Amino acid sequence: MDLKDKLLSSFLAFENTLDLEHPVHEVRSEAIKNFEEKGFPSKKEEAWKYTSLNSLQKVDFSIFPKQENTLDYKDIKKYFLHEIDTYKIVFVDGVYSSYLSETTHDGVDVCLMSSAFSKPMFRPVIDVYFNKAASKDESLTTLNTAFCREGAYIYIPKNKMPKKPIQILHLATGNEAALMLQPRNLIVAEQNAEVQIIERHQSLTDNEVFTNSVTEIFAGKDAIVDYYKVQNDNDSASLVDNTYISQKDSSVVRVHTFSFGGKLTRNNLNFYQDGERIDSTLKGVTILGEKQHVDHHTLVHHAQPNCESHQDYKGIFGERSTGVFNGKIVVDKIAQKTDAFQQNNNILISDKATINSKPQLEIFADDVKCSHGCTIGQLDEEALFYLRSRGIPKKEATALLMYAFANNVLESVRIPELKVRINKIIANKLGVRVGFEL
Amino acid sequence: MLEIKNLHASIDDKKILKGINLEVNAGEVHAIMGPNGSGKSTLASVIAGKEEFEIKKGNISLEGEDLEELSPEERAHQGIFLSFQYPVEIPGVTVTNFIKTAINESRKARGMEDMPANEMLKLIREKSQLLEIDRKFLSRSLNEGFSGGEKKRNEIFQMAMMEPKLAILDETDSGLDIDALRIVANGVNKLRSKDNAIIVITHYQRLLEYIVPDYVHVLHDGKIVKSGTKELALELEEKGYDWLKQEATV
Repeated sequence: MDLKDKLLSSFLAFENTLDLEHPVHEVRSEAIKNFEEKGFPSKKEEAWKYTSLNSLQKVDFSIFPKQENTLDYKDIKKYFLHEIDTYKIVFVDGVYSSYLSETTHDGVDVCLMSSAFSKPMFRPVIDVYFNKAASKDESLTTLNTAFCREGAYIYIPKNKMPKKPIQILHLATGNEAALMLQPRNLIVAEQNAEVQIIERHQSLTDNEVFTNSVTEIFAGKDAIVDYYKVQNDNDSASLVDNTYISQKDSSVVRVHTFSFGGKLTRNNLNFYQDGERIDSTLKGVTILGEKQHVDHHTLVHHAQPNCESHQDYKGIFGERSTGVFNGKIVVDKIAQKTDAFQQNNNILISDKATINSKPQLEIFADDVKCSHGCTIGQLDEEALFYLRSRGIPKKEATALLMYAFANNVLESVRIPELKVRINKIIANKLGVRVGFEL
Repeated sequence: MLEIKNLHASIDDKKILKGINLEVNAGEVHAIMGPNGSGKSTLASVIAGKEEFEIKKGNISLEGEDLEELSPEERAHQGIFLSFQYPVEIPGVTVTNFIKTAINESRKARGMEDMPANEMLKLIREKSQLLEIDRKFLSRSLNEGFSGGEKKRNEIFQMAMMEPKLAILDETDSGLDIDALRIVANGVNKLRSKDNAIIVITHYQRLLEYIVPDYVHVLHDGKIVKSGTKELALELEEKGYDWLKQEATV
């Protein structure tokens, strides 16, 4: 039985465990119909030309873990940004771990989707926001919607800000031979609210893990949301991350995606500007080696006038790794005075590495500023010579140049400890130890 | 200290240096002048070990040790320093962090421990004063957004920090106004000693009014066509390079 059939037959059993009277039940039923019709995307589709999910569909994934697993904090501490105090929402094999988490209802709600679905007090928020930004016809998104049950639920009311940043951590223990996870996150920052979130998926074994995640983010008028995705998983973990962001007037949403590992990673990052004077920022650093594959598909939809978007993705590809950047910008006819900027720079450090980069601009307004640039190159030999002539060995000099190349993406990270951590991961990835925090 | 014998070097099979002979002793300052395209910067790069150039014939040695097999970083560890005509921008790496890394890598190569932080700080303070560099400058990203003058001052600051045996200043005067030129030259002069040597590569005589050379060599078409004392530089300023080109072809 292939994965699609297995999922479809599991859906019936899954439904039996749920409240069929709940309005979300209807959303799930619609969603599974769409997935049944469309199935997994194939390479014949333009959007999936360079990323194949074929091999994943042959794996016999467990859809629901059979047993609950516990982990010791000391064993997984390193996957947290533990240098600072944060709220934590932690899932082990898709199941919430209260022991490892720190949630709150003190003025803001930092808790679980399962509670938000089941408790009446959250019902108004679910009614207004749940599945309102996510696609109703993209097959993997609808697959997630069909199976949505658990994930992070973060609600920041008007004028509020949580006392500290929030970390969402998804851990896979490998107790199952192969595990499929479908977390569903809902993040709402109401008018003038502010929140910082760090998200990470981490497999702890060599057993295969396939995560199909959907995150919806709503930023109200004047709200500020910073979302950091740390993707440094091991070589048996695959991730499809579908993130949908909807912004109101004068809101600011910045998403940073740090992709350093995993077997296959596909990021579908979608911004919808539903108001004026909105600022959307999409930044990414991708550093790959071995046979790793990362595919960034971004979409910024300028649907109202006087908004800005800033995209800056840097990629460094070594060994046999492959990268994809597909940046789509849509400017509606009404969206005059749009200022959309897109930049994608790549360095290939191996003859066998590949990058496919494609800007896609659909502009229907006539008074806009849209610029895009894309480069694919090698390391600057002159710069390398400069560093080496100062006594810095080739390997360290190479690392410094890569760091410099990725630096302006890191500059906008607003949690200093996270910046330090990312620098450490980069240094580690490049196999160097220089005398200062790289 | 530096001995270059019958040096022939090419890039992509294009001959650039065609038999250079040069001897530089400790305590000396040599100026290498010449028209554009004569091979001045190539000579500097070849001494510093740039790998794009291929040495076809002849050799270069520092204190009797052949340099040909050494990488650029190994040459730096041996005490060779090249001040670049176009220093490279390294965003995100501060001047201070860069120089610390450079110094400690050289120390590591010599089997020494990292320089203690307080000692490093003292050295940075001392040498930055020498080049009239203020503290804010030190925490800026290396060469990023620096003016021409700041870049060159920063190069000489690095030279001061690394205390090389042989420093090669490649067109250090280009892009400098008179004040910056004075500061840079003053810094270089303070670093002159009986134990080190300096090669100044320049197109114009202007810099040599401030850094007075012991010897002046004129490079033309990959060869040293004339050598003399500092008076030669003045003669070149007056007459240009054309008479030498003619002399060389005759």
